[in-house]
Amino acid sequence: MKVLVGVKRVIDYNVKVRVRPDHSDVDLTNTKMAMNPFCEIAVEEALRLKERGVASEIVAVSIGPKAAQEQLRTALALGADRAIHIESEERLDSLEVAQVLARLVAEEQPGLVILGKQAIDSDNNQTGQMLAALTGMGQGTFASRLEVTDEEVQVTREVDGGLRTLALRLPAVITTDLRLNEPRHARLPDIMKAKKKPIDSRGIDTVGLAASGYLRLERVETPAARQGGSKVASVDELVDKLKHEAKVL
Amino acid sequence: MSTLIVVEHRDGALTASTTHVVAAARALGTEVDLLVAGEGIDAVAAAAARLDGVRAVLTADHAVYAHQLAEPMAALIVACVDDYSHLLAAASSSGKDILPRVAALKGVPQISDIIAIEAPDTFKRPIYAGSAIATLSNHAPLKVMSVRTSAFDAVAETGSAEIRALGIVVDNTLSTFVGDELATSHGPELGSARVIVSGGRGLGSGENFKLLDGVAAKLGAAIGASRAAVDAGYAANDLQVGQTGKVVAPDLYIAVGISGAIQHLAGMKDSKVIVAINQDEEAPIFGVADYGLVGDLFEVIPALESRL
Repeated sequence: MKVLVGVKRVIDYNVKVRVRPDHSDVDLTNTKMAMNPFCEIAVEEALRLKERGVASEIVAVSIGPKAAQEQLRTALALGADRAIHIESEERLDSLEVAQVLARLVAEEQPGLVILGKQAIDSDNNQTGQMLAALTGMGQGTFASRLEVTDEEVQVTREVDGGLRTLALRLPAVITTDLRLNEPRHARLPDIMKAKKKPIDSRGIDTVGLAASGYLRLERVETPAARQGGSKVASVDELVDKLKHEAKVL
Repeated sequence: MSTLIVVEHRDGALTASTTHVVAAARALGTEVDLLVAGEGIDAVAAAAARLDGVRAVLTADHAVYAHQLAEPMAALIVACVDDYSHLLAAASSSGKDILPRVAALKGVPQISDIIAIEAPDTFKRPIYAGSAIATLSNHAPLKVMSVRTSAFDAVAETGSAEIRALGIVVDNTLSTFVGDELATSHGPELGSARVIVSGGRGLGSGENFKLLDGVAAKLGAAIGASRAAVDAGYAANDLQVGQTGKVVAPDLYIAVGISGAIQHLAGMKDSKVIVAINQDEEAPIFGVADYGLVGDLFEVIPALESRL
């Protein structure tokens, strides 16, 4: 079975983002970038499916600027077999990304698509569900466990209140939650070998995406900073302040 | 203009999240209808009809909607959303699962996690784990949005809306429900609790994590956890507060043994009063805390419990 995994290039999760002085967007110039942590989990799950003999081929896909090829190289070093890069310098909304991915799903016919549940830049949590809708597939969102058989995948999902298990007919779309697995790191020899693996890079204009222009980013601001930092010396003082100053007890 | 809200319910009861979503819909200034889908939902529909400002409650009662799986829910919503300008649901695990599927089927984008309504087509939402707030305008014919419930006050329950059965049944051959393992919680629900006591890696073990139960019981608080505590197995996954877990804004949030990674702060920094208890006085959690107490939590927590 072929597995398609999504890889997004985002700000490194340890880096604090800055807002541009003109409030048009955040400022990512000279910012350290990395693979979205939930995409790392998606790649890892695909690798484990291949190691268990369930997946036969792993295709990593990224939609984004030219530099997104760095994250595809990482996926290849980790063990993806080949990569597809749809180059777009413009930022796309989740529906547009899902539309491009749907085109690639039609082309590649994977048995399973694994995406991160959200990217840590936009925090949208939409693309997987949208891709499932556009391709007529079932969806297993926020997955913490997968079990693939010939015709179906059983997905345990992290939901409010606990865990829920579903069975989905294949092909299906899975989105990863934090506890699905712990991603491995690429080894140096594999990083060298990955340089020889193929990346099929094409322009966004080749996939026939018709941008709707429905969403417009009007303004980006830094939220009002919280005035914290006060300390109390004892439990008695804490309880006293909560009762008489904050009046929450 | 009119708004359709997807109602969330569990174990035959309306979840508190819906009352906050209705408040957001009322801020849009549109008529508000609610959609209740499930199997055996009379009590939920009756409770939904009591929410203030609701025009009608539409129901779809059939086995295919049991467990509110995304595939049949989205097909149902697509079948009845044509007359509406806005479609809302809570940004809960259920709303996050269902809404984007509907948006894509309708060919429109979605705005997730709105925290403020500037105009019927202009909304604010946090991005980058709350490090920035984006204002977006949505020009789609159907505006699909999930609502961060902690940002909107609940509406009262004194209404009496009309309840109308839709009689729509859809097919679902894509997904089947297998089972739930739901945590049995003793206290209030994390999303709607007035007080939350949250534990981090500093507690050191699942056994120690139970230390928080006594304080929580005395305060009538819900228990929360940092990602580190959940990853380490000290607490169940559905207790995780943060960028990728639950976003909460209680009157009082007590963070115990939590260092305060930005991903955790994203989930609780809008709480009215924050208390931090941590051994490390350099911990970033103190930067957002109204009351910080530097000390050994194994001494502080029993002392706090005895003084409440």
